[in-house]
Amino acid sequence: MIKINNLHASIDGKEILKGINLEVKAGEVHAIMGPNGSGKSTLSSVLAGREEFEVTEGSVEFDGKDLLDLSPEDRAREGLFLAFQYPVEIPGVSNINFLKTAINEKRAYLNQEPVSAKEFLGMVKEKSALVELDSKLANRSVNEGFSGGEKKRNEIFQMAMLSPKLSILDETDSGLDIDALRIVANGVNKLKSPNNATIVITHYQRLLDYIVPDFVHVLYNGKIVKSGGKELAIELEEKGYDWIKSENVEL
Amino acid sequence: MAYTEDDLKEELKGKEYKYGFTSNIEADKLPPGLNEEVIHLISAKKNEPEWMLEYRLNAFRSWQKMVEPEWAHVHYPKVDFQSLSYYSAPKKKGDVKWEDIDPEMKATMDKLGISMDEQKALSGVAVDFVFDSVSVKTSFQEKLKELGIIFCSFSEAVQNHPELVKKYIGTVVPTSDNFYAALNSAVFSDGSFCYIPKGVRCPMELSTYFRINEANTGQFERTLVVADEGSYVSYLEGCTAPSRDENQLHAAIVELIALDNAEIKYSTVQNWFPGDKEGKGGVYNFVTKRGICHKNAKISWTQVETGSAVTWKYPSCILKGDNSIGEFYSVAVTNHYQQADTGTKMIHLGKNTKSTIISKGISAGHSNNSYRGLVQIHKNASNARNFTQCDSLLMGDQCGAHTFPYIEAKNSTAKIEHEATTSKIGEDQIFYCNQRGIDTEKAINLIVNGYAKEVLNKLPMEFAVEAQKLLEISLEGSVG
Ligand SMILES: Nc1ncnc2c1ncn2[C@@H]1O[C@H](COP(=O)(O)OP(=O)(O)O)[C@@H](O)[C@H]1O
Ligand SMILES: [Mg+2]
Repeated sequence: MIKINNLHASIDGKEILKGINLEVKAGEVHAIMGPNGSGKSTLSSVLAGREEFEVTEGSVEFDGKDLLDLSPEDRAREGLFLAFQYPVEIPGVSNINFLKTAINEKRAYLNQEPVSAKEFLGMVKEKSALVELDSKLANRSVNEGFSGGEKKRNEIFQMAMLSPKLSILDETDSGLDIDALRIVANGVNKLKSPNNATIVITHYQRLLDYIVPDFVHVLYNGKIVKSGGKELAIELEEKGYDWIKSENVEL
Repeated sequence: MAYTEDDLKEELKGKEYKYGFTSNIEADKLPPGLNEEVIHLISAKKNEPEWMLEYRLNAFRSWQKMVEPEWAHVHYPKVDFQSLSYYSAPKKKGDVKWEDIDPEMKATMDKLGISMDEQKALSGVAVDFVFDSVSVKTSFQEKLKELGIIFCSFSEAVQNHPELVKKYIGTVVPTSDNFYAALNSAVFSDGSFCYIPKGVRCPMELSTYFRINEANTGQFERTLVVADEGSYVSYLEGCTAPSRDENQLHAAIVELIALDNAEIKYSTVQNWFPGDKEGKGGVYNFVTKRGICHKNAKISWTQVETGSAVTWKYPSCILKGDNSIGEFYSVAVTNHYQQADTGTKMIHLGKNTKSTIISKGISAGHSNNSYRGLVQIHKNASNARNFTQCDSLLMGDQCGAHTFPYIEAKNSTAKIEHEATTSKIGEDQIFYCNQRGIDTEKAINLIVNGYAKEVLNKLPMEFAVEAQKLLEISLEGSVG
């Protein structure tokens, strides 16, 4: 699905990612953990194509294509989805209209017919139920006036509507209470299939009780310093990030 | 690749004017120049009664004593009023039948996306098409006649309903109101007239399509809408002009009269040629629009302004009657070197009068976009209320947005609220759209339309779609 090779990226001349290697195969769930400022959001931004970050070295292969060669919108249309840590508000643009535009842009790119009104409404109904999103929110302006939890649920709703191949969830759990967390995790689990993959970025272990990862990676100071199975997350929770920090003083 | 501020600026340079074609129609046109003789000639050509000629001459005499206003936040080379021609009419005239209309003109109307045939009939719009100066054909007159509604060209109204025209013309915008209004009153060529009788609700949107075709003709339209007691009308005005290097002048007057308990909704979509990327050419749009509300009456102005090189326009309401309501909803887009100074005046004279102003400015390129508004509460206007919201959206950092709100309250019971915001289209918003598969140009359209939605929603359905497209064209980039 995605193969990240020795990826280096910097902003304003400051190197943030210092050689990331990661491979995610179809059907897998990977968790990336790490203390604040270690570069988790930077990694997701670079993969999604945010231009402020300069890729100085390395390559990324996505579904057989050179990901770094694609525009951000084409990456999305190829099936890369990023659930933002801080979803933005777009006043006056209804969620529904926004999603319909997004779906039809993707369809046009794939030489498919635009979605019919009936099909679209059916999807909205089904997918909003998945994340228990109030249908009123679907008609409101994109994220405008949404609570933190509603914004996150809206991200997963959008993900469900766009059925991506690879989803990257950037701290989707932060700011969620336990009920909301369960709803979001449930949604993600239901969308899981042998054909898609998920990268879950999180600061805390608790989300991983609900979304059980196949692999856990620890990102620290722009590098993956440890990888393992789901037990690594538990170990990390017990020992805290200081454990990683002390092991990597030389970084 | 992904979006940056520079890309955005680059894209916005590529705005293209889609209505830039000229029609090859034989025209009956006066040589350039303006004096009393020309006014006599115009009046004679139109076979006007004596009082109409007197009205024009009076206006001309006031105009001669006036100077062009310079207080607006716009800069342009002064117009040489003697170099313009003050009358231009397509050669074929008289009692026009649809079949007799010049095929070229029909083609023009097609390009403009207006048709007078059954399709329009189905959509319930009656159109009064003003081609340069003479109104060519008005549809639906028969149907409206049954209800006693008069909807015709101004010239026809002068011939057939002189008592109404004489009674109301110049009562809201006097001949000496301002420089351009005086000029219009002296030389106005044609326009639309509309009268809704007592208690009648006009069952369809009335629509006028203005278009400037001839080179060097100033267009001086005059619209007069009278809604008699307890009546209702929704009136639409759309404008386009061909692309030309030289500047064309448009100085119109619109007068609205809403008698007791009447309501007038007046919507404008204006896309006169804005000039090219370097700021060459384009229409000077110097328009005086004003309405008067009698008791319990309501006037609502909605405008989407995307065209013209220079716009000077303040659709206003005189809230004379108690409990009357004035509304102004505006979206003004400027790109390249366009300049717009637009807003409204709400004059509260009656008790319990209420006004709402929602203004959304969008500036791109090197353009300048100003909101200028006056809320005036007179001594006797107790419990008057005004709410003003004035937003500016900037695209890039070479354009300007300015607001000049003036408030004069002479009654202590007045409640006036004013909100203003300025924002920039955020890279975060655009990236968010990109990440969902929406390219930057579409993203800008979405964001801009979302921003303007409150105003677009006030437009009649059919017009709203057109207006939305117009916003897109106005901000269209050279990308793709
Ligand atoms: N736009 C930016 N400009 C400058 N530095 C940035 C920017 N974005 C992130 N950084 C820096 O990059 C590092 C990693 O940040 P981030 O990727 O947000 O970490 P995480 O998501 O793991 O908390 C931090 O030191 C942060 O200050
Ligand atoms: Mg982060």
